Amino acid sequence: MIGVVLDAVDGMPVGLPLVVPNLAGAVQSLRTMLELDFMRQAFLAGTALSLVAGLVGYLVVLRRLIFTSDFLSHVAFPGALGAILLGISPLLGVFGLSASVALGLSALGERARARDVTTGTALAWVFGVGALLLSLYTSGSSARNSTVGVNVLFGSIFGLQTRQAQLVALVGALVVVVLLVVARPLLFASLDPDVAAARGVPVRLLNAVFLILLAVTTAEAVQAVGALLIFALLITPAAIARRLTVRPYAAWLLSGLLAIGFTWAGLVLAYELPYPVSFFITGLAFAGYVAVVAVQWVATLRRPAGRTAPGPAG
Amino acid sequence: MVPSSTAIVVPGLSARLPLLGDLFAYHFMVNAFLAGTLIALTAAPVGYFLVLRGQSFVGHALSHVGFAGAAAAVLLGISPVLGLLAVGVVGALGIGTLGGSSPRLGIANDIAVGTVLAFSLSLGLFFIRLSSSYAANVYGFLFGTILGISDQSLRLIAVLSAVTLVLIGLVARPLLFASVDPSVAAARGVPVRALSYVFLVLLAVAVAEAVQVVGVLLIFALLVTPAATAQQITARPGRAVALATALALVVTWAGLAVAYYSAYPVGFFVTTFAFGVYLLTRGARSVWMRGRRQPSARRVGAVG
Repeated sequence: MIGVVLDAVDGMPVGLPLVVPNLAGAVQSLRTMLELDFMRQAFLAGTALSLVAGLVGYLVVLRRLIFTSDFLSHVAFPGALGAILLGISPLLGVFGLSASVALGLSALGERARARDVTTGTALAWVFGVGALLLSLYTSGSSARNSTVGVNVLFGSIFGLQTRQAQLVALVGALVVVVLLVVARPLLFASLDPDVAAARGVPVRLLNAVFLILLAVTTAEAVQAVGALLIFALLITPAAIARRLTVRPYAAWLLSGLLAIGFTWAGLVLAYELPYPVSFFITGLAFAGYVAVVAVQWVATLRRPAGRTAPGPAG
Repeated sequence: MVPSSTAIVVPGLSARLPLLGDLFAYHFMVNAFLAGTLIALTAAPVGYFLVLRGQSFVGHALSHVGFAGAAAAVLLGISPVLGLLAVGVVGALGIGTLGGSSPRLGIANDIAVGTVLAFSLSLGLFFIRLSSSYAANVYGFLFGTILGISDQSLRLIAVLSAVTLVLIGLVARPLLFASVDPSVAAARGVPVRALSYVFLVLLAVAVAEAVQVVGVLLIFALLVTPAATAQQITARPGRAVALATALALVVTWAGLAVAYYSAYPVGFFVTTFAFGVYLLTRGARSVWMRGRRQPSARRVGAVG
């Protein structure tokens, strides 16, 4: 039995006893889980899309596009339903609609505040169209049921076909490659657009590239967590990462890794328990965010005023 | 044997009655018109302040938080309105604490609001999954059930509307001052912070009221769009509120009437009319501004 060693200075536990009650059983259970085809597809697609969501989400937060990204994720609803009605791939439908809306928005709203209102106004209409498409879909044939709409809204990662999962992984890899290529100028333009423009960085072009990447991410994430919950994968990991480190590249990487972590944990939990995956993914992300905020809040309370303790980054 | 197949295939209001006079032939249509009118009357003034304060995102978040509240209420077997109100008011106070005295939330608070928003949606999904009927409930909350308003709900909506309108009327002047210029208002002794809480609670009540009818997802069409349109036309507060209210009413009535004679959902028509009017106003305004301005005088300075 290893005792808990308390640090004399601030009373934080240094070494906690590691209790793993049934390691062999847990490993066995995980192995059985990964032998299932639908779980393997879910993990493949989930990993790809959460990496992309985490990486793009960090830039969303840097660029203060939180409301816009929420809006774009909501556009996924009519996009996917429309594509299903037309008989094309929902992935394509979501991407096409999100990309055109993103570019349209960037053309429409020139000032930050106008954009807020424009986004909100357009948002309401997009859902109206979603309601229309849903009613067209459910009334079109008696064989169809309305759970398709719920799946688009809240995700259905366990229902992915092999080809769909491969497509999600492939598109995800492409997005990561593009992000790596434009990483430096994109970060520069996101952190300080004015200076970047003065230095000759093509800020407007990068803007458009970024919005298209955001649209692709949305289309990807709809598969797993659905139009309404993409936001959790996009914003929350980035928010946590930003609180843990101020270094841009470290935060960027951390954001991607956190998103993958939440998705994996969510998949495992949803495998074991009878509740929706998206609930676990968003719930874990939320719990992680709250925990980080709480720990940092306690840390600021403990720290004597005026002195800056070299504790875990503020 | 079913005599006619079309009567089954086309859902909801498929009667396609020839005359406008038949609009009120059914009790549910009368209730829908009354509820829609009450909600438009409340949502437009609240929405005016929402747009003025640059808090559209907060309105969006509060409606989504309400989704979890309504779903939890259904699970517990109490009225969804109570769940909506309780969760909405708690959410409003939480956002008020985050935002501090400034009406415009900073990026950190945007993140916090967004995180809570996503989580409460999934929590709502979780509650719905726990209770019995799945898809129907989800759609009811998300897109509203304006054609299924009971007399009891209508009475509740009327009470909530009256309370909200009276309160908005009481705080209108200081709230306007605090929204337009918070620092000067604070210097003049206006309780800016308290007003921001009051406004958020009023917003929560208006949202709770409207969500039952237009749903979580369509509420913006009544809350933000008429106010945004009115502010394109006039900068004067009184006129803008009146205009926003008129627009919300017309859009709601037109949406209900057109939906009655077609096979498509009310939400689609209401949002489409509202958005159409907004786009037209924006277009007309930019044409008018261009006409007033000396040609190419200020084009150079226009930053994208």
